[in-house]
Amino acid sequence: MTQAMHQILVIEDEPGIRAVLRVLLEAGSYRVIEAGSAGRGEIEARTHKPDLLLVDLGLPDEDGVALIRRVRAWSPVPIVVLSARTMESQKVAALDAGADDYVTKPFSAPELLARVRAGLRRASRGGDALPALSLGWTKVDLSRRVATGPAGTIHLTPLEYRVMECLARQDGMIITTRQLLREVWGPDHVGDSGALRVCIKGLRDKLEPDPRRPQFLVTEAGIGYRLRPGGPDEA
Amino acid sequence: MADDRPDPDQLLAQVQAEEARARRGRLRVFFGAFAGVGKTYAMLEAALAARASGTDVVVGYVEPHGRRETERMLETLESLPPQAVRYRGMVRQEFDLDAALQRRPEILLVDELAHSNPVGGEPPPRHAKRWQDIAELCDAGINVWTTLNVQHLESLNDLIAQITGIRQRETIPDHVLDEADEIELIDLPPDDLLQRLQQGKVYLSEQVGTAVERFFRKPNLMALRELALRRTADRVDAAARAQGLPGSQSRAYLARDRLLVAIGPDAQAEQLVRTGKRIADALDAEWTAVYVETPALQRLSAADRDRRIDILRLAESLGADTVTLDGPTAATALMEYARTRGATRVLVGEPKRRGWQALFWPSTATELVKRAQGFDVMVVARQGGDGAGLAKSHLELSHEVPWTRYGWAAAITAGCTGIAFLMDPTFSETNVAMIYVLGAAIAGMRLGRGPGTFTAITSVAAFDFIFVPPRFSFQVSDAQYLITFLVMLAVTLTIGNLMANVRQQNRVAGARERRTALLYAMSRELAGTRGRDNMARVAVRHIAEVFDSSAVVLTPDSHGRLKYPGGSPLESSFHGADLSVAQWVFDHGQRAGLGTDTLPAAPAVYLPLAGTQRSLGVLCVLPTNRRRILLPEQRHLLETFAGQIALAWERAALGDEAAAARIAAESESLRNTLLASISHDLRTPLAVITGAASTLAHHGSALDPGTQLSLARSIEEQAHEMSNLISNVLDLMRLESGRIELRRDTHSVEDLVGTALHRLEPRLQSHPVAIDLPEDLPSVSVDPVLVSQVLANLLDNAAKYTPAGTPIRIAAVADAPMVRVVVEDEGPGLPPGDPRLLFEKFQRGREESAVVGAGLGLAICRAIVSAHGGEITAGPGSRGGARFEFTLPVAEAVP
Repeated sequence: MTQAMHQILVIEDEPGIRAVLRVLLEAGSYRVIEAGSAGRGEIEARTHKPDLLLVDLGLPDEDGVALIRRVRAWSPVPIVVLSARTMESQKVAALDAGADDYVTKPFSAPELLARVRAGLRRASRGGDALPALSLGWTKVDLSRRVATGPAGTIHLTPLEYRVMECLARQDGMIITTRQLLREVWGPDHVGDSGALRVCIKGLRDKLEPDPRRPQFLVTEAGIGYRLRPGGPDEA
Repeated sequence: MADDRPDPDQLLAQVQAEEARARRGRLRVFFGAFAGVGKTYAMLEAALAARASGTDVVVGYVEPHGRRETERMLETLESLPPQAVRYRGMVRQEFDLDAALQRRPEILLVDELAHSNPVGGEPPPRHAKRWQDIAELCDAGINVWTTLNVQHLESLNDLIAQITGIRQRETIPDHVLDEADEIELIDLPPDDLLQRLQQGKVYLSEQVGTAVERFFRKPNLMALRELALRRTADRVDAAARAQGLPGSQSRAYLARDRLLVAIGPDAQAEQLVRTGKRIADALDAEWTAVYVETPALQRLSAADRDRRIDILRLAESLGADTVTLDGPTAATALMEYARTRGATRVLVGEPKRRGWQALFWPSTATELVKRAQGFDVMVVARQGGDGAGLAKSHLELSHEVPWTRYGWAAAITAGCTGIAFLMDPTFSETNVAMIYVLGAAIAGMRLGRGPGTFTAITSVAAFDFIFVPPRFSFQVSDAQYLITFLVMLAVTLTIGNLMANVRQQNRVAGARERRTALLYAMSRELAGTRGRDNMARVAVRHIAEVFDSSAVVLTPDSHGRLKYPGGSPLESSFHGADLSVAQWVFDHGQRAGLGTDTLPAAPAVYLPLAGTQRSLGVLCVLPTNRRRILLPEQRHLLETFAGQIALAWERAALGDEAAAARIAAESESLRNTLLASISHDLRTPLAVITGAASTLAHHGSALDPGTQLSLARSIEEQAHEMSNLISNVLDLMRLESGRIELRRDTHSVEDLVGTALHRLEPRLQSHPVAIDLPEDLPSVSVDPVLVSQVLANLLDNAAKYTPAGTPIRIAAVADAPMVRVVVEDEGPGLPPGDPRLLFEKFQRGREESAVVGAGLGLAICRAIVSAHGGEITAGPGSRGGARFEFTLPVAEAVP
């Protein structure tokens, strides 16, 4: 424990859930700051400069999505949404506003902790160096653009590399179809989800051990994709 | 004895009548034998007494007749101001019905029950008669006290006219008095009245004159007093019978008499109807006024035929049923009707023909007496001497035969003459005459009575002139030819008459058949029509056609106010309907307007469309020709039409209600299943959670770490189940409410399967999953979230209901224009029964299953798949387990 403990700001109006989150996060060696409203949350975020925000969308004074948008305006701090809203469009709205990932209530402890870990990992790396990914037997070195599998070198197209880069930069966190399209194809092609699907299929065929049951390149139906370098063990 | 027990129907009727009476205001009649007995005085005295005990008594209208005491009493009571009505250039003070309805006192005094309102005055009175005003007041729940003299009773009208020599014009139907709740007889011996008259205590206004003097003679007064007393006694007797007092029973259970009153269009008809009413009352019998339309009567002038309308309406107002029959002779039709209706007595007028005429043309009375079987015939002697002359004047022939027919008649004679001329050399004159007889018979048959007679006469003339020696002269040498002439004339006339009668009957029968056909046509079209407005349009069209009038059906809005129908009006729509009259008709369920008792001066007739429970609307008909509506059979036909419309209408409404009720019942039973299922599915995991959590909370420290862990695991697991169930319920609600819009896009089945497997990763760990997707499988156009949920639900079920370790297979094949996706397991297979039921809400594979939460999964699958235009089925799997199959639409090839 030489390293300073990460601080996590929990913005959630339900005291019961705040208490559970505190126990859970403290058990995962994080320090927890609590806020019961969006207004209080923003103040805490500015004063304590937390390492990660866990934000409930249904806050009493303001919608969580608006809070995310405001925080994102001045800080790149990772934001994980915690919400009972299950409609995909609502999740996409929060992600497009600047959230990095979401966890649906009711959540399980491993799932939540995995998201938090992924968020902190991405923040600590700062997005400079692209990691060398290891997807099971397959290794992908994004900085050198080399991929090798058990059967030798795997050829990826430049487009596929760029998609992989985007996914890898999120490092286990979700990326919406829209964000992917904008970053890889450019802002004019955000409607071209067909091209993205073809590209993802190509990547799965090349990288996944069983392309029909993807372990690493996972579709989040209606929202986007997620790269899980650790495979299914990482929730 | 069984017979002594009250008839249940009668008891029911009594109970219903009492209920109706409880809602209505009570009518109390101060009843007297003649003017001057002190009815008004007695009424006011009672009113003062009632007011003294705190009752809200208001004088609606009382004519003080200038009597001092009466005026004094009136001053102390609250009175409604009378309404000024302009009538024939004069202003009359009349009772203000609307003011009374608005004031709504507990008891309202309205003098002179038999008063006639000035129909045609301005403002027009709502009813023709005051008794109708009072009936409306009672209907509105106001108690009314009024006064009446016996001479105003309709059924006694002509009897009293006979006694006193003065005919009362203001009469009330007997049922008004019969239905009054209380009758108070105000009696005064005639001597006392005469004494009071002489002392000037009774003021008889300006009517004083010889007529009045003649009226107030002691014999008259005694007769009137007797009538009033008898009338009251009859009522007391009837009341006693209704209460079932001993001694009155036997009479009530006598077989009921049924009286037929046969009326014709002659002057005696009115007398017959009144006599019939008195006899029917005395016998406590039902009675029917019967008019027989014989061919002879159909030749009467229109004005005379209209008379029967008045007579039949008089009979109806006296409580009779009325029937119009048709037949060759009145006697035949009456015999037939009396037999089928089980009449016990038939009342007929005095024979009109006497002496030798009666031998050849027996009158109805004579014929009935001769042929009566099973009923008594009562012949009523004619009053006064004016009958015969009037009756005769009624029997004028109507001249409606066009002159062209006489041309044809002449042509027939000419033709016969031609043929006879050819026959003449070979045949004798008698045979030649036969040709003429044939011609005249044909003319009588085809051309009618007049032209037939004309043919007969011209034939005789031609025969005489041409063939009878001496030829070409009208002279007749042999007297025996005179017999030939007479026979020819008689035969042709008889045939002509017979044929004319047959034709007439055919016409009547044809008209009746046509009316039935019209009614049937409307009913049939109404039955095939949906929606109130459309039904109203159909009805208006038919009525306009049948009755040669314009019509409209007014329907109430949600507040019960009538309004014109929406939509474009028909050509035959009636635009000028008086909404206030229609509203009255709707509220009271009684007809009004032309030919009725209410607002008879109105140009249109307003009929309520009465349903079994409530009024449905009002039919307004404006006839082009008033006669079309005033004729009793036409009016009955119109009422039948209205009844048919109401029936069809109500049937449609009931159909809608039944459908709504069925839907309500279904959703009710669904709600019950939902509650049962949810409470089971929620309580089971909740029980585990609370049990495990409380164990951890209270005894956690005493448990070994392994047990603690397993308790925590079961809490997690069960909470997950609950969460699934709740999201299933929410999903299904969203899907079924139709608020989910499909976000279709092109997706590969492979991707969808992958997503579903990813979602179910933890659950599928114990089941190997085989994926069998052909390389060339086309992409599908679906909402990926929803379809992966279908797959996830099916896989979840497979995992839930099969033992750990058994494989699950996912396959797909192209089946243009769809892709067929199969999820198969090797578990115990589907439960017995119709597999389609699995997709209904809250169906579970196994009763009493420990596995939770399957109540909605398949219902959600079906909702999603059908939203995509596909279908989902269940069946036995190829390796013994269950097999679920669903189809998804193939995406259009991307260019």
